[in-house]
Amino acid sequence: MDEMKLWYELYRLQERYVSVIDADRLEEWPDLFTEDGVYEIVPKENADLGLPVGIMHCFGRPMLRDRITSLRKANLFEAHTYRHMTSGLEFTQVDAGTIDMQSNYVVVQTLTDGESRVYQAGRYFDRVVRTADGWRYQRKRAVYDTSRVQTLLVTPV
Amino acid sequence: MRHRSEDAMNELPKLTTNGSKARKTVYFPRADGSRIPYEVYSSPEIYELEQERIFRGPTWSFVALEAELPNPNDFKSTFVGATPMVVARDDDNSLAGWVNRCAHRGAMVCRTARGNARSHICAYHQWSYDTRGNLMGVPFRRGVKGSPGMPADFDLKEHGLQQLRVQSYRGLVFASFSDRAPALYDYIGPRMRPGIDRIFHKPIVYLGCTRQYAKANWKLYNENVRDPYHASLLHAFFSTFNLYRAGMRFEIVTSEDGLHDYLRAFHTEDASGGAAYKDDKVSSFKEGLRLEHTSILTNVKEFDEVVNTHIQPIFPQLVVTQIQNSLAVRQILPKGPGSFELIFNFFGYADDTPEMRMHRISQANLVGPAGLVSMEDALATELVQRATANGNDAVSIADMGRDAPDEEQIESGVSECHIRSFWRGYQELMGF
Repeated sequence: MDEMKLWYELYRLQERYVSVIDADRLEEWPDLFTEDGVYEIVPKENADLGLPVGIMHCFGRPMLRDRITSLRKANLFEAHTYRHMTSGLEFTQVDAGTIDMQSNYVVVQTLTDGESRVYQAGRYFDRVVRTADGWRYQRKRAVYDTSRVQTLLVTPV
Repeated sequence: MRHRSEDAMNELPKLTTNGSKARKTVYFPRADGSRIPYEVYSSPEIYELEQERIFRGPTWSFVALEAELPNPNDFKSTFVGATPMVVARDDDNSLAGWVNRCAHRGAMVCRTARGNARSHICAYHQWSYDTRGNLMGVPFRRGVKGSPGMPADFDLKEHGLQQLRVQSYRGLVFASFSDRAPALYDYIGPRMRPGIDRIFHKPIVYLGCTRQYAKANWKLYNENVRDPYHASLLHAFFSTFNLYRAGMRFEIVTSEDGLHDYLRAFHTEDASGGAAYKDDKVSSFKEGLRLEHTSILTNVKEFDEVVNTHIQPIFPQLVVTQIQNSLAVRQILPKGPGSFELIFNFFGYADDTPEMRMHRISQANLVGPAGLVSMEDALATELVQRATANGNDAVSIADMGRDAPDEEQIESGVSECHIRSFWRGYQELMGF
């Protein structure tokens, strides 16, 4: 019963994460992380070889917010939407307040030409912790299979 | 002879069925490189001709960092232009390169991106090759149970993989199909070597790669990295945070053949707070934009002079870059006339402290497909591609600074003289 409740809570966190991005409520995105939360998007080819470099590395909420500030005010890109599909949620309990969780994701991107394309497929490797506000990401690592990033990536996955 | 020599290939009228018909050519209306026919960005015939005259011609294409291949028998699959090739280390640590195409039926031999192997075996009929591409064995060569095998005159030595010249300079590995290309040292040349020496002055450590794919011609990216004019206009992040502003102190040197370029933008305090952008009402200049985590902008001093941006394209498929403390070499790979792949290979120095290594990873945010300062480049090339693909006989223009001699524009942050010299060098190579 406890495990079902836990699964439900983690699933809700993931659904909220996906909704915040896909509904373009990106200003809420940093709030789903702890203050020192780490967010990274790393190609699988590097992750498999233990190489550290990815396309996005945010260490703490200020850097998460800076990404959104830059997206809103500085960067130039084509209008687009994301639709996330997730599957295969697995988790292991590290301690009472800490969970390691993994799941697959697919992001379908639609540009103004009206076509929807699989933009990125990958797997989330997350560590979530229980806080006064509920479960939050202490670390979220999106390891992507789609090594060729089409044109650019500005919106987090 | 199985491998036609370079000169023989040049003589073959490959693009025409009628021998009397002239080969594909294209008209550049001005000799100074300032008018570029749209056709060069989308013509399949020109793309084919570029494979022959540029990528299989007298040039050196960047294929790997030696740091990607640290051990004997390490290999990496990559491309010279559109041709798949493998760069590998031998048992004795020397470098070799071969076309990744079995001498038997033309199948791709090596099917993994990287690895370590003493032999490479074609999946189709199990022909096996050593790290230099020499044919080592053919199954059932002597026949099997009375069925005849290879003819008596079949010589393994004559059926190796097509080998490329491979040379390295300061840990950058290049390959060439052509005996007419000068030694790599001279190809890079005296004007470009100081830039390579500057970045590769001590051992490096490979930190991984990221890949960006653009639906645009590969030369549009070559123009982009020779174009200081766009940098502070397209990229708001650059100008807003004074990483790169048009009024900075610049030094931009072009190679004698016009094809390579070495740009440095020196850190320059701008007491006016970007007045030139405000006065010209440049919309990409974002007054009042602030970051919370400012160390992403910090340039920790590690060279004699504080250079914010070092961009150095070595034609045709390399760009050496340093942006603040982020170090990378970009490999430009053409994928048909209308697409290219851009691979950012990141590195640090072997003697980096753990803090410096983390700082470099943090500044990897500045470049690459999601690079805060440079993500827009691929999009800009796509915008040109989309609008010029059916551009008929029209041309694009590169006139900034055209009235002044090139040598006087070494310190200009807005000149297009480097684009013009690129096109003059291109025409020379292509015979246009």
